[in-house]
Amino acid sequence: MLLRRLIGLLLTLLAVSLLLFLVMNLLPGDPAAVMLGTSARPDTLAAMREAMGLDRPLPVRFVVWLGGVLTGDFGTSITYGTPVAELIRDRAAVTLPLAGLAILLSILIALPLGLVSAARRGRRADAVAGLFAQLGLALPNFWIGLLLVLVFASELHWLPSGGFPGWSAGLGPALSALVLPTVALALPQAAVLTRVTRAALLDTLAEDFVRTARAKGLTRREALLRHALPNAMVPILTILGLQFSFLVAGAVLVENVFDLPGLGRLVYQALLQRDAVVVQGTVLCFTALVVVVNFLVDLAYLRFDPRLRAAS
Amino acid sequence: MQPIRRRRLPTLLAAAFAVLALSTAGAAAKDGVVIAMGIEPAGLDPTIAAPAAIGQVTWQNVFEGLTRIDRDGKVRPQLAEAWDIATDGKTYTFHLRSGVRFHNGVAFDAATAKFTLDRARGEKSTNPQKQFFETIERIEAPDAQTLVLSLKQPTGNLLYWLGWPTAVMLEPSSAEDDRTHPIGTGPFVFDGWRQGVSVDLKRNEAYWDAARRPQLSSATFRFIADAQAQAAAVQSGEVDAVPEFGAPELFASFKDDPRLETVVGDTELKVVAGLNLRKPPLDDVRVRQALMMAIDRQVVIEGAWSGFGTPIGSHYTPNDPGYVDLTGRLAYDPAKARALLAEAGHADGLDLTIKVPQMTYATRSAEVLQALLAEVGVRLTIVPTEFPAKWIDEVFKRHDFDMTIVAHAEPLDIGIYARPDYYFGYRNPQFDRVLGEAEAATDTARRLELYGEAQRMLADDVPALYLFVMPKLGVWKAGLKGLWANEPIPSNDLTEVRWDD
Repeated sequence: MLLRRLIGLLLTLLAVSLLLFLVMNLLPGDPAAVMLGTSARPDTLAAMREAMGLDRPLPVRFVVWLGGVLTGDFGTSITYGTPVAELIRDRAAVTLPLAGLAILLSILIALPLGLVSAARRGRRADAVAGLFAQLGLALPNFWIGLLLVLVFASELHWLPSGGFPGWSAGLGPALSALVLPTVALALPQAAVLTRVTRAALLDTLAEDFVRTARAKGLTRREALLRHALPNAMVPILTILGLQFSFLVAGAVLVENVFDLPGLGRLVYQALLQRDAVVVQGTVLCFTALVVVVNFLVDLAYLRFDPRLRAAS
Repeated sequence: MQPIRRRRLPTLLAAAFAVLALSTAGAAAKDGVVIAMGIEPAGLDPTIAAPAAIGQVTWQNVFEGLTRIDRDGKVRPQLAEAWDIATDGKTYTFHLRSGVRFHNGVAFDAATAKFTLDRARGEKSTNPQKQFFETIERIEAPDAQTLVLSLKQPTGNLLYWLGWPTAVMLEPSSAEDDRTHPIGTGPFVFDGWRQGVSVDLKRNEAYWDAARRPQLSSATFRFIADAQAQAAAVQSGEVDAVPEFGAPELFASFKDDPRLETVVGDTELKVVAGLNLRKPPLDDVRVRQALMMAIDRQVVIEGAWSGFGTPIGSHYTPNDPGYVDLTGRLAYDPAKARALLAEAGHADGLDLTIKVPQMTYATRSAEVLQALLAEVGVRLTIVPTEFPAKWIDEVFKRHDFDMTIVAHAEPLDIGIYARPDYYFGYRNPQFDRVLGEAEAATDTARRLELYGEAQRMLADDVPALYLFVMPKLGVWKAGLKGLWANEPIPSNDLTEVRWDD
């Protein structure tokens, strides 16, 4: 089963790389013209295309690029002039911790809130949690980001307004640069997760086995934590898996607001400059990441749902 | 247990915030400077690619030229300390400065200068201003301190062009790597590029010009694309200066802040709505003149850039030598515009499209143009496009447009109207002749007079609607001195920047 999934993963990546390559090269806009701007002349354009390796036929370029990727060489950025693998590595060191922290924070907020509002359905705690979820869903993450900057950076000066000093500057400064973006990213996610947790718990609370658990003498709280919660984990995990891909993509906006040198901004900038090599490499890594995370979520299902274990 | 734990959490959080806040404070040393830029340069060699951001980081800081252009737009000697011009205007003999070394220790001499110019005009050159060097027929280096340029025809602008970022002096053995690791003769040495974040420079302790040795020990260019983020960064003190602030509507909010100084200057960015003269109805000069008379430039500036900006009547800025104010030539007069349109056979109005790139100034200007043109019966449809990639492909290369709007960044680039296949499709032999004479004239008064004539021709022929010059909205910490108020050439020359105590 693992082998089949692995082959599927590789085929997905191959298809994605071919699609990406075609799209990037069919987009209107010539990277050589971008680099020469409004002063471009036919002779300098031709020289620039040659210097960028764009004078070779499309299939040749694809095979060369793919061959490089298989050996870990993602090519050289045509705007920066530096290896794409290095660019991706440097940027992933911002985006991945950011996405990870945001997931963590959203779980830390959403699970307790979801539990409380399911346990106290219709009471004041439920209403408060509901209000939070409504607000979190209604406010876009970049706007929350702007608000956080205004309060915590421009007014209170507690945290930097943006930018990233790099991990080499020490854990303190690096993490402090990630605090506000993490909160901005996590709040809308937490809102979704709160609602899903509450709904999933309410569903399982209505099940027979919970009634049985109560009948054999467990308190409401014990029944909720021991029986309802584990059974509600499958829908919660599904949403978490989806959210991870969404977080990595949603980081583009937040990275812009906080001026973070992450993967999202790398792709966006490269797309504007038609730096196809960078876009291809980065999106390929994104895809690989999302596929792997989905795979991990599938594995986690097995942990929480014995029925799936038996089936496989 | 539980009550205690609950109370401890906020305390812990507050403590954590305090630690984080302390660890980021006090980062800026007094003899260094952090400058924010909206656009990150694509490479760091201004001689191989066009983006202005490349020169804004490296020109005059890392790289220097035979001549330089100062903050008033004047040409001054730099690596060439003097020159003789033959009476026919076709031979320039440069006397090069001795004792100048590149940052890697190699001496600068006539051979390196010849190498640089040959590279810029060579067959494989991707120099964005290659036409500057086309006038050069022969380059000789009779001795280490003498460089002789023989020209095909007299070229009055040569000394000015040699001061541009595209003409800076490179060192042969390191030239290929200048794109990622620039090595020049300038007052600052390249000290690292964190792609997507910043470029670091440090003082060149062995700088040749003792009189202009910089007072800053280091400089960091930080790239912050979002204008809101730029504002936050300068207000929180993380950056010391934003020389070209991107959001005019937020600019007024800095004025009340005693920690900040705001300076409104001029750039060379001419915002023009280019017209496609290749096809009807814009091949008719009456229609173009009518469009120009339908535009109230002050309203455009108000709507597009919060009232900051200087109206222009031709493709020339008040910074440029020989500027003639032509905004009164086809001044705002909707009644006349209507009459002229009727005369051209468009009494029932006219349908036009305008291809508008995503930049804020362009989208806002286009909306104002749409409203103003509607007043004279022109129905303008706004078609969004993406700059640079899509715009260059559609408008610049394939000429698939009626109207468009972009800011032309190059100083003194009125010569684009003489290029045969430029996107406006403007062909006027008389203009070409006047411009050719202007470029050849070695007598300054005569040259400026000819440039004046060229400006008038464009104002009358209207190959583009001339709108306004983009202001340079600078904001920096009070106490920071020496940054340029105006930008006669896209740059951030840090040589004279210092902190006032």
